[in-house]
Amino acid sequence: MDLQGFGHLLISGAWVTLQLALCSLAVGLIFGLLGATAKVSSSKLLRTMGNSYTLFVRGMPELLLVLTIFFGSSAVLMAVASQFGYDEYIELSPFVAGVIALSIAFGAYATEVFRSALQEIPKGQKEAAVALGMSKTKTFRRVTLPQVWRIALPGLGNLFLVLLKDTALVSVIGLNELMRQTAVAVGYTKEPFTFYLAAACVYLLLTSISMAGLHYLERFANRGYQGARS
Amino acid sequence: MNWDWTVIGQNLPKLMDGALLTLELVFFSGLIGVLLALPLALLRVSQTPWVRVFPYAYIFFFRGTPLLIQIFLVYYGASQFEWIKESALWPILREPYWCAVITFGLHTAAYIAELLRGAIQSIPRGEIEAAKVVGMNYPLMLRRIILPRAFGIMMPSYGNEVILMLKGSALASTITLLDLTGMARTIIARTYTPMEIFLSAGVIYLIISALIIGLFRLLERYFNRHQHWPSEKPKNLDPQLIDKS
Repeated sequence: MDLQGFGHLLISGAWVTLQLALCSLAVGLIFGLLGATAKVSSSKLLRTMGNSYTLFVRGMPELLLVLTIFFGSSAVLMAVASQFGYDEYIELSPFVAGVIALSIAFGAYATEVFRSALQEIPKGQKEAAVALGMSKTKTFRRVTLPQVWRIALPGLGNLFLVLLKDTALVSVIGLNELMRQTAVAVGYTKEPFTFYLAAACVYLLLTSISMAGLHYLERFANRGYQGARS
Repeated sequence: MNWDWTVIGQNLPKLMDGALLTLELVFFSGLIGVLLALPLALLRVSQTPWVRVFPYAYIFFFRGTPLLIQIFLVYYGASQFEWIKESALWPILREPYWCAVITFGLHTAAYIAELLRGAIQSIPRGEIEAAKVVGMNYPLMLRRIILPRAFGIMMPSYGNEVILMLKGSALASTITLLDLTGMARTIIARTYTPMEIFLSAGVIYLIISALIIGLFRLLERYFNRHQHWPSEKPKNLDPQLIDKS
């Protein structure tokens, strides 16, 4: 495959793609944990909020979400800023808008994964923690979270692979990630098939590496269970 | 920012036109997807290793790369080759509509094939053995036993896949098609009311997915009707023949 000296462009794009995916993963996990806690909480308001979050975001195309965040946010931010007497044009950078949109989408699916994992932890363990005098946050950190992590990992792994592919959507709002750098190279060389195929190979490489990494993480998370399974 | 209801009202008919195109894309790509997934899944469960290689590579490629790249590969990539431009396929591959339908079909086929493979492999062994015992050959067994059972098993997850395809169809707007997302973008380019129009488009997507979920509940009932019917247990039947579930 002859890349005519545009290889470095694809590599720099892949690096931005990776940064975007990892940032969205970090923020998305927080959204997911918050959503799941809201969904299993005893407050009806929080439950409704959690439910409508997952319902709306999972029913909406990711592309539409990216566009809404990027174009909508500047309208909202400018309206807020004008209240304070600031009337210049405001716009989120494509990277920030991309991270927000992708982590909202990731968080909605992660909410469901975390919720089912939370429900799988026996109630007795929480009661035991209370009996030992642990506070609520300490119970969550020491007892619940390490186990949720183990149960949720396969589901989260799939979501990360979806997230990695969804990063391509952020090229639509002009972030110089892999997809857009490829488009730049196509513009110069007029060889769309070669370059999009090359980019596809880079994505395949990224997904393969992540799959291997996830496999390793799963083994690590299950280390206490090895041999204990029937 | 003041929320503008009138702009939604004025542009609702246009959004509905877009929604119609979205539905069309989802329907045709689903059709192509199921037709392609059938041979793929059957090859994938084959006993001979070298037969499994092609479906495996196909599924690996289409599930491992973004849909956006696939649609660009077909829409822009096809024009790189002179022989495609001169062939009879060019009038089809020139049209963004057919490019979208073909790409979505190929894409969803990979996912459906994987679902179908899982379903075929989870059919209880006894049913296949029983079919062999009564002397069915492979095509008959496929038609009467394996496929109806596999469709019943995979129906709930296939519903999810259709919803994912509905969301994926928004990418048609990147190759100039005026589907629901594309229509929303053109309206916004003129009115500059991104929040109002994008969120109404989002609500329309939500309604469509709710309808699809309802449709698949019905389909699931149809394919798994042997589990519901007869609703009352026959009397005077040998107790061993009564299905306990």
